[in-house]
Amino acid sequence: MKAYLSVFRLRLTNVMQYRTAALAGVVTQFFWGFIIIMVFEAFYSSSVVSPPISLEQLITYVWLQQAFLAFVMLWFRDNELFELITTGNIAYELCRPSGIYGLWYAKLLAQRLASALLRCLPILGVALLLPEPYRLPLPANPLAFLMFILALLFGLFMMVSLSMLMYISVFVTLSPAGSMLMFAVVGEFLAGMVIPVPLMPEWLQSIVYVLPFRWTADFPFRVYSGHIGLEEAAVGIAIQLIWLTALVGIGRFAMAKALRNVVVNGG
Amino acid sequence: MIKVEGLAKAYHVAKRSSGVKEAMKALFKREYKVVEALKDISFTIEPGEIVGYIGPNGAGKSTTIKVMSGILVPDSGSCTVMGYTPWEDRVNYVKHIGVVFGQRSQLWWDVPVIDSFDLLRDIYKVPEQEYQSTLALLTETLELQEIIQMPVRQLSLGQRMRCEIAASLLHSPSVLFLDEPTIGLDAVSKIAVRRFIRTINEQKRVTVILTTHDMNDIEALANRIILIGKGKLLYDGSLSAIRDQFGTKKTMTVVYSHHANPFQVEGVHIESWSPERAVLSVDTSEVVISDVLIRLSQQVELLDVAIETLPIEDMIVQLYKEHQL
Amino acid sequence: MRLYSKYVGVLFKSQMQYRTSFWLLALGQFLVPFSVFAGLYFLFARFGQIKGWEFHEVALCFSIIHMSYAISECFARGFDSFSVLVGNGDFDRVLVRPRSTVLQVLGSKFEFSRVGKLAQSMIVLGWATSQLSTEWTILKVLVLVLMIVSGVFVFTGIFMLAATMCFWTVQGLEIANIFTDGGREMAQYPLNIYQKWVTRFFTFVIPFGCVNYLPLLYLLDKSTGNPLPYILAPLAGILFIAPCLLVWHTGVRHYRSTGS
Repeated sequence: MKAYLSVFRLRLTNVMQYRTAALAGVVTQFFWGFIIIMVFEAFYSSSVVSPPISLEQLITYVWLQQAFLAFVMLWFRDNELFELITTGNIAYELCRPSGIYGLWYAKLLAQRLASALLRCLPILGVALLLPEPYRLPLPANPLAFLMFILALLFGLFMMVSLSMLMYISVFVTLSPAGSMLMFAVVGEFLAGMVIPVPLMPEWLQSIVYVLPFRWTADFPFRVYSGHIGLEEAAVGIAIQLIWLTALVGIGRFAMAKALRNVVVNGG
Repeated sequence: MIKVEGLAKAYHVAKRSSGVKEAMKALFKREYKVVEALKDISFTIEPGEIVGYIGPNGAGKSTTIKVMSGILVPDSGSCTVMGYTPWEDRVNYVKHIGVVFGQRSQLWWDVPVIDSFDLLRDIYKVPEQEYQSTLALLTETLELQEIIQMPVRQLSLGQRMRCEIAASLLHSPSVLFLDEPTIGLDAVSKIAVRRFIRTINEQKRVTVILTTHDMNDIEALANRIILIGKGKLLYDGSLSAIRDQFGTKKTMTVVYSHHANPFQVEGVHIESWSPERAVLSVDTSEVVISDVLIRLSQQVELLDVAIETLPIEDMIVQLYKEHQL
Repeated sequence: MRLYSKYVGVLFKSQMQYRTSFWLLALGQFLVPFSVFAGLYFLFARFGQIKGWEFHEVALCFSIIHMSYAISECFARGFDSFSVLVGNGDFDRVLVRPRSTVLQVLGSKFEFSRVGKLAQSMIVLGWATSQLSTEWTILKVLVLVLMIVSGVFVFTGIFMLAATMCFWTVQGLEIANIFTDGGREMAQYPLNIYQKWVTRFFTFVIPFGCVNYLPLLYLLDKSTGNPLPYILAPLAGILFIAPCLLVWHTGVRHYRSTGS
């Protein structure tokens, strides 16, 4: 456990060094948030049918998405890990006494946490103070906020387990760019990153709901705004936990298998 | 050919700061430290010379090369190369020079060497006929026939360096700047590169300015060295003059039958000592070798004696020391 | 120009050394804007229209900006990834060659896998034009081509500005994404759906509006009054490159006097 913690701390301080980059990132994400909100505003203003999610809830969705981008982005590349796998330097990692799955998990988790910590506070802080209609509303109620925090954290854990699967797949393909890009594009779409899940057509929603992706982004954001009620949220968090167990299980299994191959190949 | 006068250049280096508060401050106002890379450098180089430009790391070698090749604009001073001021009229000037940065490649990594050469022909607008004859000559002298069709990434460092040098000569420049051309090469490749530099200097009368840390390069190539340190010109003259200056310093290795105690010999400095063997340094301007041998044989039973002049490396180290670098 | 095509040739040969990864990347590049387009489609499926614009009209808008972006990402990649060139000192090499810095930087890198993106936007463009009821005249086709060219110039100009920043600092370059990625994302809708200040900024400061929105009004017969300003709007996008070149040369001068 101590080894995981120190890996975690190392990464955290590492990312924290890039403060200017973070500042630039915050400005960029603000701009994105504004564009997306303005587009939706335009859609809503001329809409005849009443949409399944209110504009205010949608704005919440957008700002949270921008603030916690580092949590919910599938495409969060760690070149260090890639090189480790493709160059065969993974042999060094195998020499270490701690389990590789845990170590990498800690690495990826720390990286996401660090960049989110740097960015989310300024974004949330400013978004809460913006003039209407752009302001980020407060959570629906205190309990919803608590649920949101839980859902967001479990979502983050799920996201890291998902990206672990992507890294493990590199063992097989050895060519990260192409296959990862496709996986990320599809996954992010299904997580509600391109358009919010409630605005998708029914048939697509029914697909989205059986896949793990939406639990990382769509679900926590809607808990915050109260679009998903408390009771439903509690059930959702339980489902998140089930998914998490399953994903970690699959990941560990696949990793063990992939590593065995590495050893056999002598590479 | 090349005339440098009173060249000076200072860099402003941002101070690195630690801590969140400092970093926030740095966002708005940076503090700079002024580093004087060159202070009043002057020298003249005649056509056809090979000049070794040496000095310890950070002495200002690269800065001088960058100024002379038109990359950097100096703060003050003048520099004329073949009538051009390098940093003015860059495009016309650089047609006449070739530059090799030993640590970086100018070849395209994934394509055969010849493709890189063809592209350079177009960049420098070399007429086809001239290009073909130059290429033939270079391929011949550098023994590139085997490797010219291979992608650069498959070449060894030595092969690559030969190609790099060939690439910088395709447009038949009159001046060639070589920035550490032998860095990282094995002994055989080093010798090949040196021989080639000699050859093109003799055959095509190309003026060569060469920076290096390998004094064997200098010994093999340069009739003249320019030594700089901390941005100042320290020595400009022939290598033999240095040799004369330090030539009186000899290293003497003596082997003798077992002798339990260290000994003292007048006029000799003992570098290392063991019961069977000792290394001594002797300055022949202060003491005569035969005297040293007589004094030695009075103390120990000599079995073998070897006397060597100071290696050129050590001479340069001495020179650095004299100037407190 | 001949030299430029030589550069392309050599780099194409290089990339073809890694054929599998090239095709995978191209496929990925095809999918990225595809998912955005799918999002667009779903939104229109739900809302029907946006401020009076129909789906195929917005699709036309979308395809033009994405096509320009793909082309400039492919050809102006040297500026886009300029921080690498400055970082490893290869820019010095550029300076000791007797050609213009702009040409050499452009020639330093090409990203051919962007054909994936290009193919995607071409399909959308084809589909969108087939849905339009407007009659196509030679002038209109000309304007359409001009729009794409204009977009390429605008994006290249922004890449160039961002690259110039590298002469001073490589930190915080992400900010340039506002104008490249952000500009593309925004200009995939007609500009008049946004707040006034956004529309103004992206018409008069960075002329994305001149690339697709204004000439689009002419193409779709939505313009009122004299059509000439709408037809000529894309030229403003092309002119945008001039101040960018100026800034670039200032940057190069700075680099040569400080060597940083």
